[in-house]
Amino acid sequence: MIRLENLTLGYGSRTLVEGANAEIRRGALTALLGRNGTGKSTLLRALSGMERAMSGRILIDGRAVEEYTPAQMAVTVATVTTERVRVADLRCRDVVALGRAPYTNWIGRMQPQDAAIVEESLATVGMAAYADRTMDRMSDGECQRVMIARALAQQTPVILLDEPTAFLDMPNRYELGTLLLRLAHEQGKCILFSTHELDIALNLCDDIALIAPPHLYLQSTEQTIRSGHIEQLFAAESVTFDPVTRSVTVKR
Amino acid sequence: MKSRTTILFVLFTAAVAALFAADMAVGSVSIPLGDVWAALTGGACDPTTAKIVREIRLTKAIVALVAGAALAVSGLQMQTLFRNPLAGPYVLGVSSGASLGVALFILGAPMLGLQGGVWFSSLGIAGAAWIGAAATLAAVAAISTRIKDIMVILILGMMISSGVSAIVQILQYLSAEEALKSFVVWTMGSLGDVTATQLAMLLPAVAAGAALGVAAIKALNMLLLGETYARSMGLDLRRSRMMILLSTTLLAGTVTAFCGPIGFIGLAMPHVARVIFRNADHRTLMPAAALTGAASLLLCDMVAKLLALPVNSITALLGIPVVVWVVVRNKNLA
Repeated sequence: MIRLENLTLGYGSRTLVEGANAEIRRGALTALLGRNGTGKSTLLRALSGMERAMSGRILIDGRAVEEYTPAQMAVTVATVTTERVRVADLRCRDVVALGRAPYTNWIGRMQPQDAAIVEESLATVGMAAYADRTMDRMSDGECQRVMIARALAQQTPVILLDEPTAFLDMPNRYELGTLLLRLAHEQGKCILFSTHELDIALNLCDDIALIAPPHLYLQSTEQTIRSGHIEQLFAAESVTFDPVTRSVTVKR
Repeated sequence: MKSRTTILFVLFTAAVAALFAADMAVGSVSIPLGDVWAALTGGACDPTTAKIVREIRLTKAIVALVAGAALAVSGLQMQTLFRNPLAGPYVLGVSSGASLGVALFILGAPMLGLQGGVWFSSLGIAGAAWIGAAATLAAVAAISTRIKDIMVILILGMMISSGVSAIVQILQYLSAEEALKSFVVWTMGSLGDVTATQLAMLLPAVAAGAALGVAAIKALNMLLLGETYARSMGLDLRRSRMMILLSTTLLAGTVTAFCGPIGFIGLAMPHVARVIFRNADHRTLMPAAALTGAASLLLCDMVAKLLALPVNSITALLGIPVVVWVVVRNKNLA
């Protein structure tokens, strides 16, 4: 679905990822791992056409991202950012309805089928009962679900999420991960999310993209565990990764 | 929910109509509503009364209605664009730009000995103010095309505004007492100085601004989620920003040019509309803000006329409690 060809990312004189070649699959959940400041968000922005690559290409459905118009991109890639939307008087349903913006007319008039898609999206993330609540009265986990419902309403084959599990407690993290997995498998979407939760990435995801500057490795979760790249991630730090137990321990 | 909004719109429209009529009844001479109606419809009434209503009060009431609506709509646009509850129509320097235009006209021209110039005096205070407001916003708009972060634009706008105000202060400091007084009176705001001819210029400019505002409704709704989300849903940011800035220039700039800077309506009334209509959708909020703004300025105008005070002091006294209440109510700021 998404192909990176000899992709180099960075800003100014700083190169984050160099010469990356990878394929992010449709119908699979891919976690994007990497230390802080290694270019996870930059990669996500580049995939949605909001940032230019320094060199190389990103192809979505065989077409370079630069060739997409903003309107075409809006029906191909949906994004969930770390930005928290806490607008008073803004109802969940209205937020999800904004996901229909690429399809509605100049003033955003909703057709019956748009309204149906909105309700369906809310139901998929388990937020149907919250439709009339306003965004300032919800927990972080609930907000995150609403933003994902909005991305679903956008009906794009690709969904990118920037650290969707941050701010969530443990059960919520797993529930969110499971939800993303279900969407990838049942609706055949191509879902890529950046995260620092190694356990979620290893236990739930089909594939793992790992940025160890200046390289980007994209392999199945099993291959990633065997590859030794995760250990590299923590090289010379106070923690080690044990591939057998798939867990991180503190060096004593 | 739908029916509640409809009922509110009917109530607000009725309130604006009632205030519009009452505004024509109130003044230095109080005129009964029946006579106002007679004067407007050409019925039987005293010719002096008919003249007052048709030639003075009607124009003034229309100006209050249009100015209130225009300021509230542009305030709403600025609050959404900058995602800042304390933004208003004047946040980007519309009023200081207009002040500079007027200051140059009233204060600067005599200093340079230009007063007698036919070309200059025909420009008028309104023309000078409009040019000043438009020039300031054009500067902000020109900068905004090169800047990504909307917060930077807000800060630059405020800085330009402060810089322009400083120049106005220098002009004030250097000018003669006579000229200074007429400038200060202008800054107090007045709905009464607009002539019927000027109204014919004000209305189309405001209508054009309103049309642009309506065209920007979908963009404003998308911007509620922030610029990144708006872009990810296909919004052309630059174009939308330009549209919103131009709309505000036409709405707030024109009103300020003709009536002077009228404070607090544009800042406070969008909040009142939000609280009453309990909706963030600009398809509801924009007409709601327009009605609230129109109603409040009509009310302020009546109070100002009854107490024989400048309208700006009344809008401030009415608007400040509203702003204070918004800040206190907003949990993030408390």
